[in-house]
This record gives sequence, structure tokens and C-alpha cells, in this order.
Amino acid sequence: MSATDAATSHTIAVLVDNEPGILARVVGLFSGRGYNIESLTVAQTDARQNLSRITIVTSGTPMVIEQIKAQLDRLVPVHRVHDLTLGGAHIERELALVKVKGTGEKRVEALRLADVFRAKVIDAKNDSFVFEVTGASDKVQTFVGLMEQLGLVDVGRTGIVAMTRGGEAF
Amino acid sequence: MKPEESATTGADLLVKALIDEEVEVVFGYPGGAVLPIYDSIFKQNRLRHVLVRQEGGAVHAAEGYARSTGKVGVVLVTSGPGATNAVTGLTDALMDSVPVVCLTGQVPTHLIGNDAFQEADTTGITRPCTKHNYLVKSVGDLARTVHEAFYVARSGRPGPVVIDLPKDVLMNKHEYEAPKKPVQHKSYRPQTRPDPKKIEQAFELIANAKRPVFYTGGGVVNSGPKASKLLTQLVHLTGYPITNTLMGLGTFPASDKQFLGMLGMHGTYEANLAMYNCDVLIDIGARFDDRITGKIAEFSPKSKKIHIDIDPSSINKNVRVDLPIVGDAGEALDGLIKLWKAKQPKTDTKALKAWWAQIEEWRGRKCLAYTQGKETIKPQYALERLYHHIKDRDHYITTEVGQHQMWAAQFLKFEQPNRWMTSGGLGTMGYGLPAAIGAQIAHPEALVIDVAGEASILMNIQEMSTAAQYRLPVKIFILNNQYMGMVRQWQELLHGGRYSESYMESLPDFVKLAEAFGAHGLRCYDPAKLDETIKEMIAIKGPVIVDVGVDKAENCFPMIPSGAAHYDMLLGPNDRAAKPVSEEGMVLV
Repeated sequence: MSATDAATSHTIAVLVDNEPGILARVVGLFSGRGYNIESLTVAQTDARQNLSRITIVTSGTPMVIEQIKAQLDRLVPVHRVHDLTLGGAHIERELALVKVKGTGEKRVEALRLADVFRAKVIDAKNDSFVFEVTGASDKVQTFVGLMEQLGLVDVGRTGIVAMTRGGEAF
Repeated sequence: MKPEESATTGADLLVKALIDEEVEVVFGYPGGAVLPIYDSIFKQNRLRHVLVRQEGGAVHAAEGYARSTGKVGVVLVTSGPGATNAVTGLTDALMDSVPVVCLTGQVPTHLIGNDAFQEADTTGITRPCTKHNYLVKSVGDLARTVHEAFYVARSGRPGPVVIDLPKDVLMNKHEYEAPKKPVQHKSYRPQTRPDPKKIEQAFELIANAKRPVFYTGGGVVNSGPKASKLLTQLVHLTGYPITNTLMGLGTFPASDKQFLGMLGMHGTYEANLAMYNCDVLIDIGARFDDRITGKIAEFSPKSKKIHIDIDPSSINKNVRVDLPIVGDAGEALDGLIKLWKAKQPKTDTKALKAWWAQIEEWRGRKCLAYTQGKETIKPQYALERLYHHIKDRDHYITTEVGQHQMWAAQFLKFEQPNRWMTSGGLGTMGYGLPAAIGAQIAHPEALVIDVAGEASILMNIQEMSTAAQYRLPVKIFILNNQYMGMVRQWQELLHGGRYSESYMESLPDFVKLAEAFGAHGLRCYDPAKLDETIKEMIAIKGPVIVDVGVDKAENCFPMIPSGAAHYDMLLGPNDRAAKPVSEEGMVLV
């Protein structure tokens, strides 16, 4: 393993204290050290212990990925860092809200495709829909791509959340 | 007693918490936001305050105090410019792993974010230059935060911690909370005990080495003086050669014949070639800094590498190692010594003899040689003479940054840890004088010398006023070559001798400058009078500035040009033409 190895994408879950500035610490670490952030999600996940889970998708050579994890683990309010990509089988999901405007055949086609992708209609007007679609990122991306031809107006994506398969934590 | 009756102001709580953390001295500068703290300091006499002349000086002074004692250095500055002036020192302490707690004033909580007078986003600004920082929003959190900050600053890999204190928090009342021992932090738990299995693997590698070298750094200093004793013991048990990083000087006695001197860009020929040719490299508490490795692709290519470090993020960062061991240097050394004594390994004496013979041959090149003439003082000579006169005294050395710093590392000998304070990672010009002040405060009877350049010293010259106020007998030994010497050296090597802006015109008269600050000034430009001047400097009771005029054209050798490998050293001026610096090397610093 060396610095010249190819870069691969890794999904890393980080359990942190839910305190002011924690996200800035994590994001600042990535920008300050020149690492990539491809996706980042964060929300409180344990109200009793006041913990948040940050899910980061990043890419780098194995040496860089190892550095990223060591640097994250070094932050004082970080409880645990888990590399889901290295950890084996895991599930990654993303949610998107997709707004499509159109009438006639385009509108019907959008609805039909939404059904194929198991996207839910969560807002409807005479000439627009807002779909909620969840799934792996490539599924979400494919759905958004199809909607582009059918009057896509706006997209909001959450970024990836991920979890290991099986009964173990993380 | 009712709780309200036992409650005290945040400022009083803070002072009490500092005293409970065994703080004896605070380096600081007052201002509007911290006036309640200054009032609390005024009303007691356990905690001493040293008034610096600029907040940057306060942090370096705290660093000098911390590095010469092993304790946490404490800084107190006001909001806004007080905090921003401290940023360089904080970054310096972060790079060199110095335990510092910096208390910054802040505008009252209801004004935060309002662009109030002397407001700055201190936690935002200092987030990347501290190990951790806190904004205390309620007086109820204050004492606990201070105790936690001290724990974070001093444990694991030490570093600077900022506590931002809004003025209303300092004025509000609450009960005091004493520190809890032992500290159990909910998320921060540095690993100090190394994995015994890995220590055993390390032992096997070390015992079977044919061309070994110990490479040790500041991690050994930070582990405490016992670690340096253990290191010396292990190196003696094995009979192997050892080299130190700039930060690690003093962890092994420099006068010992197993010591190869410092390694790296301006390290010795023997140390760098031992690194290049070794078969087992034992890194204890050093982080493979770019000044050490030179060209990474050609760094110690034939060796199995063991890396013992308390900071997991330092391992496999620049150089991939074969055996990473996370833990405290002292504990790892202790484990290795116990194994060595229990197993009494038979080392490969034949191979080791050949290895030492090779090292002696490299040593025979006398890479630090220079010629002292009758006319001008060579900087190397000035430092050799300085060392001659101080070596039998209890002394501490600080430096500024540049050529003089490298010469000091090469020509002064360090027999013990915590005696050498220099800005290694950040390379902060202006570090040496305030650091000397901090060291002198901690060791009032010792001889504290700042080896300086005429350019660096001007960066924090205002701290002469601090030295004068507290009658601190620091000695500032300026090697004056009228250039920013290291800049000039690089311009000579890399930029065709175009000395752009590196000549110092209109330098002050350092003797008069010293006198203006109420100190003594001495000047020496004659090699024959050097000894006399140094003796006079030592004999004077108060602070002294010595202006030593040295050869303007002297360069610092040996040198590994940037981007070059260890075997590609320039040993002197004549080597220069033969080895032009590569284009890749030009872009490196």
C-alpha cells in the first residue's frame, strides 16, 4: 500500500457529541487537510446522550483514508469512527425531493416512472408534482436524470446515510 | 450555608480553578473583556501574572515555561485583537505539541455575533490551530470546562486549548466545582499503553537488526524526563546508533559516542546516511516531518520501520511503516527494556561491527567542519565558544528561526531533555525571546540564553520590556550577519543569488537598543574578543543583548536541498555547483 494507490470511495460514520461547532470541526478538518467530501449528513441520533451521527462519503488512497479516520478520531468530541466500506456488508440510502412541472403526456409519464421507482407523491398541483424517492444514490440519480426530460424544476438530496447489515451497532 | 452564599463570580471561580490545576504563573495582557479576571488576580497572591508586551509574546512565553518544566503553560488575553494576536503562538504550540491553556476574553453572550467592539469569532478562528477549544456560555459550566481543558492540553499528544470567556459569564455567580481525579472524559481517551504483542514484535526486529538506527523526537521529551532516561538505557543496552530530530535534542546525551547528531535537512552526514542505509529504523516519538525525510520516495528504502507514537494520526501519514505502535514513548521504552533484560538477546555482533565501521567512516567526513580565520567571527565558532562557557552551568537554550537556529542545533550539545526550546514545526521567527522569558520565570536561577538572528529578534523585541520589568536575566546572543540568513542562503542556492528583500538595512544599534530597555548591551566583531564578551555576558546579572557580528556569507551546511534524498547532501559550498536543485525541489519549501 502506498501513496500512489488508486483512490476509492469510502462511507464513514462518525458518532459525535451534539455540541455547537462540531460540524465546523469536521468540515474544517476536511478542507484544511485537503480531503474530499462527496456527501455529508448529520442529525442528532441519541437524545439521551446528546449524540449526533455524521455520515461522510469521501474518497482517497488507502493511506489517505486511514489518515482521515485517524484525524477524525483525534477530535475531542468524537466518540467513534467507523469505516462502513471496510467494515463489510452495509446499506446506504439517500432521500430526494424532486419537483417536476408539466402537463399532458409528460405529466403522466412522470407519474408512471415515479411508480416504477417507488417514489411517493407528496405534493400535487394541476401542473406540478413533488416526489419523494429513497434508495441507493445511483437509483436516486437515475430517477432525477429521467425527470430532467419531463420538466424537472428542483431537486433536494439528503446525502447518504448508511448502516451495517446484521445485529451489530454501526 | 445556602448555595447562593457560597457562590462566587465566574472570574473568581476561574482563578480558583487555575490554582487547583496547580498553575503558578499566567502570561497575559489585560483588556476590557477580561477586566473581571484581572480584578480577581489583583485580590489574591497565589497566582502570579507576568505582563507581556504583546499577546503573541504571552503564548511563546507560556510555551517556554511549559517546555522547560513539562507543566501546562497558561495565557490570559482579552477579546478581539488579544485573541487574534495569540493565533501564531497557538499554531506554534499545536505544531510542536506544547501543552498550553489560553484564556481569551469575549464580548458578553448577548452581544456575540453583533460585531461588538473588540469582538472576534475566537473559537472559529482558533479551531484549526488548537487541540480543542471551548466557548463557555454559562458560569455553571466554567469550572468544569477549565479542568477539562487542562486535562486535554496535557494528556495524550499535548497541545494548546483555548477557553473563550464572555464577560457576563465572568461576572455571573455560581458555586465552585473541584477537579475530579482521575479524569474520565466521555469521548477523549488517548491510548498511552502500547499493545504488548507489538512491543514483542518490535523487540524481535530490534534484536535481529544488522544495521539499526534509533530516530527519536519530541514525543520522548513530552513523555517526561523518565522517558529520556529509559531511551538512554535502551540505546546503551543495544549498543546501536541514535539520531535525534530538532525537537528531540536532549532526549539522549549529545556527548555520548553512540549519538550521531541531529538528522534531516541540516542534520549530520552520518545521521542521514545511517537513516538511508539502515535495515531497521526505530522511530520513537518523531513524525517523519518533511525536514527529516527529504524525498519521500527515497527515504530509508531498505529498512523495516517501527514507529512508536501516542498520536495514531502521526503514523502512516508521510511514510508507511511496518510496525506501528500507538502509545506513550516512556511506556513503550519500558516494555522494550524489560524484554531486553529478560531475554538477553544475542545481537549480530559481526554485522553491527561493520555497521559502526561504516558510520565511523561517514563521521570521518567531519561534515560540520568550518575554518575560523582571524578577521571575522564564524557563527559556528561563536556557538562553539558559547557552549564552552555555559556547559558546566545550569542552562536553557531558546532560539529564533533561521540559520542561527540550525547552527545552534548543530553546535550546542544537549545532555538532558527540556533544555532546548525552538520553534520546529511552525518555524516562528520571534519565538526565542518570549520563550526565554517563560523559561527564566520557571527557572529563576538558571542561565537562559536566546540564540538569535538580527532579523528574528526584531519580531518580538518589545518583550525586552517584560524582561526588564521582572528583572529576568535572559541573555540574547545575536548572530548578526545583516541578512535574513536562511532566506539569503536559499536565494543563493535556488534563485541565482538575487537577494530580494533579504538584506536588513537600517538595523538598530543593538547596544543602544538594550540600554533603551534598561538592559545591558555588548558588541563583539573580533574573534579574539569573543570569549571575553561571552564571559562578560554571563557575569552580568540582568538581561543582556550581545550583538555578535558574524561572517555575512556563511551558509548552513550540511544541507539536503529540498526534494533531494538523504544521500544527496551538500557538504559545503564546493558541493553546490555539482548538484543543482531539481524543478520539483524548487516548489518545495
